[in-house]
Amino acid sequence: MLAYLLRRFVFAVLLVFTVSSAALILVRLAPGDYADTAAAPGTSREVKDQMRARLGLKRSVAEQYGTWVADAVRLDFGRSMMYGSPVKGLVREGAINTAILAATALVAATLIGLPLGIISGSRRGPLADTIRTVSIVLLSLPPLLSSLVLLAVAAGTGWLPVGDMRSAGGAAWPLLDLLRHLIVPATALALPIAAMFERMQSQAMAEVVGQPYVLAAFARGIPRARIVWRDALKPALRPAAAVYGLVVGALLSGSFAVEAVTSWPGLGVLMLDALRARDLYLVAGCAAAGSVFLAIGTIVSDIALVLVDPRAVEAG
Amino acid sequence: MRRLGLSFLVVVFAAAAGAPFLAPHASDAKFSELLYAPPTLPHVVDDAGAWHAPFIYPWRLADRLEQRFEQDRSTRVPLVWLRGGRLTQSSDDVRAPFLLVGADGSGRDVFARLLFGARTSLGLALVAALGATLLGGLVGGAAGYIGGIVDEALMRATDFVLVLPAIYVVLALRSVLPLVLSSGIVFVMLAAIFAVVGAPFVARGVRAIVRSERQLEYAVAARSLGAGHARLLVRHLLPAASGYVVVQLTVLVPAFIVAEATLSYVGLGFQDPIASWGAMLQEASNTRALTDFRWLLSPAAAIFLVVLGLNLVLQQSGVNPVTISSDEPLGRLRPDSHSF
Repeated sequence: MLAYLLRRFVFAVLLVFTVSSAALILVRLAPGDYADTAAAPGTSREVKDQMRARLGLKRSVAEQYGTWVADAVRLDFGRSMMYGSPVKGLVREGAINTAILAATALVAATLIGLPLGIISGSRRGPLADTIRTVSIVLLSLPPLLSSLVLLAVAAGTGWLPVGDMRSAGGAAWPLLDLLRHLIVPATALALPIAAMFERMQSQAMAEVVGQPYVLAAFARGIPRARIVWRDALKPALRPAAAVYGLVVGALLSGSFAVEAVTSWPGLGVLMLDALRARDLYLVAGCAAAGSVFLAIGTIVSDIALVLVDPRAVEAG
Repeated sequence: MRRLGLSFLVVVFAAAAGAPFLAPHASDAKFSELLYAPPTLPHVVDDAGAWHAPFIYPWRLADRLEQRFEQDRSTRVPLVWLRGGRLTQSSDDVRAPFLLVGADGSGRDVFARLLFGARTSLGLALVAALGATLLGGLVGGAAGYIGGIVDEALMRATDFVLVLPAIYVVLALRSVLPLVLSSGIVFVMLAAIFAVVGAPFVARGVRAIVRSERQLEYAVAARSLGAGHARLLVRHLLPAASGYVVVQLTVLVPAFIVAEATLSYVGLGFQDPIASWGAMLQEASNTRALTDFRWLLSPAAAIFLVVLGLNLVLQQSGVNPVTISSDEPLGRLRPDSHSF
C-alpha cells in the first residue's frame, strides 16, 4: 500500500516537473519573444535587444532553463515580464480563482450526477429514460456553449451579473457578491460534468445490478433500496473513483472555456495572455499550477480507488 | 432517437455540402447599411390579409446609435428562386437582402456564414479525426504488436498526454506557432495539432485489441503460413480494431468541433474573414450580442445540433458516449469521453 502510494506520488512530482519544464522550453523555442510582442511597432532592433538583455532572454536555452530550475526548486518562479511582478503571486491568485470555480462545479456535478446515475442505472421506466435523455442533451452542450447560453440568459433577464468575478467598485457583502457572480460559470461548468457522471454511474450501476450476487440478494427478500444503495453501490463506485482524477483534466479544460466566456480571472485566461505575450516564466508558472491540480487529482483518485477496490494496489 | 440523431447529422452535412447553392450570399458579402440587422423572415400574408408568393419586408435603420431596425411594412420584396445558381434570394438584393438569420457586426449574412462555416468546422474536425485515428492506430498497433520496451515507452507517453487537459495542450502547441497565418495554413496546422492530441485516446484501445488478438488462433495460423510482420499487423490484426476505431471517430469529431470553436473564440483559431463556427462565436462575445443580437449565437446552436446528433447515434448503437475501457483487468479504468 505504502509502496503503491509512493509510486503514484513520484508520478505526480514527475508530472509537475515535466509539464512546467516543457511549457518553458516550448515557449522559449517558439518564434518571437516577449520583446517582439510587447514593443510598439517600429521599435528599433537596438531597443529590443536592450530589452532582451534586461529580461535575460539573450542567454542560451540551456542556461535559461538551468537557472529557472535552480530557482524553482527554491520556490522562486521568476518575474512576469508582462506584469512586472513575481509570477508566484499572479499564479496564486489565478489558481485560487480557478479552484473556487472548479471545486464548486465538481461538488455540484457529483451531488447531481452520481445519485441520478444510481437511480437511472438500477431501474427501468420513464424516470430513467428522462434522466438519460436530459444527460445526453447536456453532454452535447460543452462548457463553451453552456456558458454562452447561461450568460445570454443572465444578460437577458438581468437576474445575475454578466461576467467577471466581483462587482466593479466593490459590494457591501463581498462573499455574497462573489457567490452571485459564481452561479453562471459554476453551473455552466457543472452541467456537462454532471451529465458525464450520470452516464458513467448509470452504466456501472447497471452492470453491477446484473451480477448474480445482486439477484441472490433479491431472492432473499432484501429490500430493493437497501440492495441498490448498500450492496450494489460500493462496487459500482469503482469507475467513479477511477475517473475522479481524470475529471480534474476535464474540469481544467472546461474551466478554460468558461473563464474565457464569462471573463472569470482564473488560471486559464492568465495562461492564455501569457502564451500570447510569450511571457516565459508566467507560462511555466501557470503550467506548474495546473499540473499541481492534476497531480492532486490523480493522487486523490488513486486513494479512492484503493478504498473501494483493494485489488488496485497490485495492478497499479 | 437514433433516427433523430441521424437526421440532425444529415441536415447539417447536406447544408455544408450545398452551401454555395443554399446560401443567398457569399460568406464575405457585406451590407454596410445593415450592421446587426435582425433576421428577415419570409412572409406569405401581407398586412391586408392578402396572400402572395413568399416575400420579405426590408429593414430600415430606426436608431443608428443603438443600431435598432424597424420593418418597412409598406414595401413587399418578393423572393426570387433558382437564379444565379442560388436556391433563393431577395429580388432587391442590394437594398433589401434576404437575411434568414440576420446580419453580423460587419453586415454579413449570418445564415450564409453558418453554411460556409460548417464546411470549415466540420471539414477540420473530420480531417483531424481521420488523422488522429490513423496516427493512433499506427502507434497503438506498433505498441501492441512489438510489445516489450517499445510498448512500455509508447504507453507511458500516451498515459502522460491523457492526463493533461487536452485544450491546454492544443493551446500551448498553437500559441507557440506564429500568431498570424493564412487560413489554409491555419487549417492544416490545427488539423495536425488535433490529430496529435487525439491520437493517444485511439492508440490505447488499438494497442489492447492488437495485444489480445495476436494470441488468437487465426493470427498464429497466419504467422505459421509465413505472413510477415507488416502483413500480419495490417491485414489481420488492425482490422480487428476497426469497430473500435469507427466509434473513436464519432467521439473525436464532436470533441474537435468544440476545440476549434474554443480556439477561434479566444482568437487563436480561424481569423475573422474566414467563416468558421468558432470565429463566428467570437462575435457573440460582447454583451450587446447576448441581449440584443441573439442570432449571433446561432453557431452555438449548430454545434449543439451536430454534437447531439452524434451522441444520439452513439447512444443507440449501444455505445455510451462516456464509456469505460478496461484494457487492464484490475487496473486503472479511464473514461473515453475526450475532455476538450
